[in-house]
Amino acid sequence: MTTATANHDDHADHGHHGPAKGIMRWVLTTNHKDIGTMYLWFSFTMLFIGGAMALIVRTELFQPGMQLIEPEFYNQMTTMHGLIMVFGAIMPAFVGLANWMVPLMIGAPDMALPRMNNWSFWILPFAFGMLLFTLFTDAGAPNFGWTFYAPLSTTYAPSSVTYFIFGVHMMGISSIMGAINIIVTILNLRAPGMTLMKMPLFVWTWFITAYLLVAVMPVLAGVVTMMLMDIHFGTSFFDAAGGGDPVLFQHVFWFFGHPEVYIMILPAFGIVSQIIPTFARKPLFGYASMVYATSSIAFLSFIVWAHHMFTVGMPLQAELFFMYATMLIAIPTGVKVFNWVSTMFRGSMTFETPMLFALAFVVLFTIGGFSGLMLAIAPADFQYHDTYFVVAHFHYVLVPGALFGIIAGVYYWLPKWTGNYYSEKLGKFHFWMSFIGVNVTFFPMHFVGLAGMPRRIPDYALQFADFNAIATVGAFIFGLSQLVFLFLLIKTIRGGEKATDKVWEGAEGLEWTIPSPAPYHTFAEPPHVK
Amino acid sequence: MFSRTWQRLSSVVLGSLTVPTVMADRGGLNMTQGVTEISQSIFELHMLIFWICVWIGVAVFGVMFFSIFKHRKSKGAVASKFHESLGLEILWTAIPTVILIAMAVPATSTLIKMYDTTNADVDIKITGHQWKWQYDYLGEDVGFFSNLTTSKDEIYDITEKSENYLLEVDKHLVVPSGQKIRFLITSNDVIHAWWVPEIAVKKDAIPGYINESWAIIPEGEEGIYRGQCAELCGIQHGFMPIVLEVVTMNQYQSWLVDQRAGVEAEAAAALGDFSYDDLMTEGAEVYARSCAACHGSEGQGMGSVFPALAGSSMALNDMAGHIDIVLNGKPGTAMQSFSAQLTDVEIAAVITYERNAWGNDTGETVTPQMIIDAKK
Repeated sequence: MTTATANHDDHADHGHHGPAKGIMRWVLTTNHKDIGTMYLWFSFTMLFIGGAMALIVRTELFQPGMQLIEPEFYNQMTTMHGLIMVFGAIMPAFVGLANWMVPLMIGAPDMALPRMNNWSFWILPFAFGMLLFTLFTDAGAPNFGWTFYAPLSTTYAPSSVTYFIFGVHMMGISSIMGAINIIVTILNLRAPGMTLMKMPLFVWTWFITAYLLVAVMPVLAGVVTMMLMDIHFGTSFFDAAGGGDPVLFQHVFWFFGHPEVYIMILPAFGIVSQIIPTFARKPLFGYASMVYATSSIAFLSFIVWAHHMFTVGMPLQAELFFMYATMLIAIPTGVKVFNWVSTMFRGSMTFETPMLFALAFVVLFTIGGFSGLMLAIAPADFQYHDTYFVVAHFHYVLVPGALFGIIAGVYYWLPKWTGNYYSEKLGKFHFWMSFIGVNVTFFPMHFVGLAGMPRRIPDYALQFADFNAIATVGAFIFGLSQLVFLFLLIKTIRGGEKATDKVWEGAEGLEWTIPSPAPYHTFAEPPHVK
Repeated sequence: MFSRTWQRLSSVVLGSLTVPTVMADRGGLNMTQGVTEISQSIFELHMLIFWICVWIGVAVFGVMFFSIFKHRKSKGAVASKFHESLGLEILWTAIPTVILIAMAVPATSTLIKMYDTTNADVDIKITGHQWKWQYDYLGEDVGFFSNLTTSKDEIYDITEKSENYLLEVDKHLVVPSGQKIRFLITSNDVIHAWWVPEIAVKKDAIPGYINESWAIIPEGEEGIYRGQCAELCGIQHGFMPIVLEVVTMNQYQSWLVDQRAGVEAEAAAALGDFSYDDLMTEGAEVYARSCAACHGSEGQGMGSVFPALAGSSMALNDMAGHIDIVLNGKPGTAMQSFSAQLTDVEIAAVITYERNAWGNDTGETVTPQMIIDAKK
């Protein structure tokens, strides 16, 4: 209470009071920067938890035979790794970046709905607490894969599935509230003169992502509710014995799941579109076409879901439709890559850590895009489907794709957040270790996948041994190099060379007009954008 | 539990030292071409799209790395100001569109062929179970289950791994060459996927559905082809392989005759006399193959999901219930019906074994005749 009173007293000194003191600052905060920081630390914690699970999986797969864990626990690890990385690491990290940067980029004093902002963050620790605690129960954690196909996740599921369902509901509520907040902020709180087509691309991509979230998170909530009904209330949505349909589950899940894939990559497109012009010292090539390409990708994401289901036995016509629609996605995605490359062409480039991560993003995400195009070819997908080729594909778009995008953004804005430059030497070390680690881990997975190794198996035939051993070595290089990142972050927060307001020579945009570190309250008076 | 984990971790570390010595003659890098017309046209599609991607990659990354080396500030590059070109945007929308259409044409024609399951010569129904495959030759009165034969000792690094580690089963799916074989694929419990890369057949086995696929393995390509379940189906998902044995039509016909004779012989054998020791010996084998995956090699069960048999009240007291659950399974759980999977002798043997092993010591013998009576 004393804290609150102190804040009231400060109101005379409008807009210049600092944060409250102590733990209650974080519990009660409605400040977009505090909430952004909490989202980022939360997702970083989840990255390490999910990463530790991945290392357990990779250790078991280091050589043929069961050495470290039992198949039952192996399935729990792959399931929890997927759920935690998707819902706990990647998505909250993007929301954290949006919280920090969207108001600063559009000249808004805060998010439009600050109390809801607080709530949407604070739901998350409880959602993931509930999910993680199932590891310590008798039945064990969910073990049916992050895609939780029925009836393995209903009739045949461990009893912890109910906690999983409530956990998914809670993170869904959090995501929807976060997305609504971002939409409302962007539509209502832009500084005078900031028309839609003047918004930075990070704001644009998040704006579109937020609509995707609002559209599909309720679908996810729907599918887990149907599971809940099947498990506890005697319905048979997904139970063939009761007249239900297990394939219905997959249609509903992937109607959520495919846009979800773009939810995890569009904001990264935005970040990279901020970083490349800054370090090429040249305006982004084809701004308008970038906006249209992003919108096209978002639209197409709703009509391609069944390309995840080419082997379930859909009619020929459906297979053809989903194959053609999926191939179309390559066009707007290609436009984005061509625009990034044209932005670099005849620029004046330097290669600070954010730029290195952004360049690696362009190359490695494109490789993931290529394997995605291969997977779109339905006849070939009958050989690729559910093999390590798919694992290689989605890790290429999610790790050097989404995650490198996030890391690039953190390096890019870190001096603005902390007021200090990070150590460029350490940053480059982190980059090269991550770059090597990620490729050594995931590139060999293409080979074992094509050679016929199914995914989600705890043990494998002898011909897959060599590449699995290599991938495990890569995973440890990648995992351990993230400790370098943690060390660098702590070091930068505690001190370092003072950052200028503009931070980067080629930086453009409102966020670079405010002091470094960004004051607790910014843009109390809206700036005017010409 | 933790000490066991550490023990294994150290075995992993030690094992890593021996890895380079076993590296010989392993692995391929690319998709199998397979032996059927379909598998070869899929392989060609795969290579076509692969090379298209490679050339696009070379062009795009070529420009990118040219800029990275030439247009860098440290070399005195001064940034241009250009930032849009409608012509370029149209160009790099149009060219990929043309490439994609060129790609879609062969893909469509291959897919249409893959979907033509008409005029089959042989129909085989494939049913997925946790964690084995059941094959029924429709109209031939032949059917059986196919279980993994790789031993636990190999899996847990106690004995050396054999050549076809995890890819070997007790009964092969035998099919004739030169005939159009239609696979009718379904499941008894969760979703599985039946996949043999060499014939490019992968189809989900879904409860309540019968999916169709087909293959013609040309004459001259007789041999053994191996595959695995490709859809996560629970704990033993990695341990339900497929072995396809392709033989000539003549060999296939005589194989069918042998199978029918074998079933009759088994039925006759069930009427014979079995000693307690015979049943215990056979029961131990059946238990290891069909029961140990869930109930544990020592009948200890697994977590709260799979009950222990050692010391269970059913195994100690309720013989009728015990016979009933093995024959009919328990709906809604992984406990499946074994009445068609195992012969009457095997069922009698395994129940006898379960009632006397691991300290259960009931001294009771369950005879095949009791199983035949229980089935009535």
